[in-house]
Amino acid sequence: MAAGNGMTSEKFEEAPRHISDLRRFIRVFMGRKVVIFGMVVIGLLILAVVFAPWLAPYNPNAPSLKNTLAKPGSAHLLGTDSLGRDTLSRIIYGSRPALVVGLVAVSIAGFIGMTLGLLAGFYSGAINSIIMRSMDALMSVPMILLAVTIAALLGGGLKNVVIALGIASIPPYARLMCGQVLTVKQNDYITASQAGGASNLRIMLKHIFPNCFPPLIVLLTMRIGMAILSEASLSFLGIGIKPPDAAWGSMVSEGYQNLLRAPLLSIAPGVSIMLVVFAFNMVGDGLRDALDPKLRGTL
Amino acid sequence: MKDLIIRRLIESLMVVFLVTIMVFFAMRFLPGDPVLVYVSQNEVNSATPEQIEKIRREFGLDKPTVVQYINWLGDICRGNLGRSVIHRTSVNEEIGRALPKTVYLGSAAFILSIILGIPLGIVAAIRRGKWIDALSTLVANLGVTAPIFWVGIILILVFGYYLRWLPIQGWVPPTEDLGKSLLHILMPVICLTVYPMASVARQTRSAMLEVTRQDYIRTAWAKGLNERQVIMKHAIRNAMIPVITLIGMNIRQIFGGAVLIETVFSIYGMGKLSVDALFSSDYAIVQGVILVVAVVVVLSSLIVDLSYGWIDPRIRYD
Repeated sequence: MAAGNGMTSEKFEEAPRHISDLRRFIRVFMGRKVVIFGMVVIGLLILAVVFAPWLAPYNPNAPSLKNTLAKPGSAHLLGTDSLGRDTLSRIIYGSRPALVVGLVAVSIAGFIGMTLGLLAGFYSGAINSIIMRSMDALMSVPMILLAVTIAALLGGGLKNVVIALGIASIPPYARLMCGQVLTVKQNDYITASQAGGASNLRIMLKHIFPNCFPPLIVLLTMRIGMAILSEASLSFLGIGIKPPDAAWGSMVSEGYQNLLRAPLLSIAPGVSIMLVVFAFNMVGDGLRDALDPKLRGTL
Repeated sequence: MKDLIIRRLIESLMVVFLVTIMVFFAMRFLPGDPVLVYVSQNEVNSATPEQIEKIRREFGLDKPTVVQYINWLGDICRGNLGRSVIHRTSVNEEIGRALPKTVYLGSAAFILSIILGIPLGIVAAIRRGKWIDALSTLVANLGVTAPIFWVGIILILVFGYYLRWLPIQGWVPPTEDLGKSLLHILMPVICLTVYPMASVARQTRSAMLEVTRQDYIRTAWAKGLNERQVIMKHAIRNAMIPVITLIGMNIRQIFGGAVLIETVFSIYGMGKLSVDALFSSDYAIVQGVILVVAVVVVLSSLIVDLSYGWIDPRIRYD
């Protein structure tokens, strides 16, 4: 018996040290330079959104007709547009609709999509069919066409763009959540809580939802970049923030009118969109690697 | 297999039916009365209420919404998508003019995205950690982040204005002059290819990395096969299922991209047709375009679903 105990303790000594989930998460997540880069860009974006009035050298909407299409220089680092407005200031202010639309549209879509997915996965049968076929119907129309249509129906403007993108982006969350719920539902602890007399609502919210959430965090992060890209696309088409307020997509479109004389007017906001979307995608990738249990042991 | 095809066909029809309900009733919220827009556009400002009522009757707009929907559904079943109130033309004609352009651009982009994206992903996976992996991963990551309308503008600036190699706008039908037509579509097609190509490359890379860890790949190496045989015969086919799923979804993505790219390059395809119709409150055209696009997307995902069994014989549907 004593010998047996000795062997067990030896085995314990040989076993690799247990790494806590949090430490593994930090090591994997922070271990890639590109993720750090993404975090820095997102940090700068938040700074620009919060401190825009202090960071922007000029009023972004104040025209200066004596100073139209000025080349980049010490007075205007990125030049001015066809109405003489400072491009850098407009890019700084343009970060506001980008982030607001990104976060709010993703929250709306995430909330509705996850709720529908939870219901569809939990109550199979008719409820599942109705919800999932409706999601298929929404998914059969290209997201941007759907968003343009909904935004046009609602009448444009920031609020309506947020709603349009929120509705158009519901299906991926519903699908992922439904798939997750169908898997989690099979676990013994769900049967146990049903046997213990827990209500359906309690089982869904207390037992199923928290166990389905990690992959959804990754999707939510990834979709912020997508929502920012879609907001830019809508404002490029002229549906979105009303002029004279700055939005990166409409700045690209306005710059297109003077492409030869002042190419930077289109290039600079486009680079801003790309950087921010790239940052959110990289952070999403990092989160996926850090949270994916399948990668445990390889990363 | 036959049962599956029938079941999937019924499901697809149900989805299209739901699309008709969604699109028809949503269009009734479109701000602006198309009849009044038509009247003002045609400078019939002096139109009496009786004349306006006559136009409304002509288009069946005086009937209750549900009756209008049932009439519209009946027309669709007979292959008639209705009439544009604004242009007074048949929606079939408008879509008949626009659809071939979008299909021409879209199929070129679709094919290019596959023949460029898959090899890019494979090379990145089998040379993991090398410079070529870093380069193709960077290209793929930038490809999914670049706004395609902006890529179009940059291409116009470089190849249209500075280098003067390519025409910046316009449309030449391939039946008229194929060479000229290809030159005209080159930039729009590149723009439409960027996102699907990048996403295919990313998906292929991660699927290949997953597959190359499997035991049967180790066995293939152990029995002395060369790299080409291991990759081509054992790895690729097993890695293709998630890639095929994505390729199916890219058709929808390409149609979405057309909305922006046709606007940048002034090509009167389905995308531009829908945006113009939305701006002029021409809901007959918008609902026609959305319905046709939805049918194309639903059919393509049906084909993708049925192709799984052919790609991976382990998948049995019964």
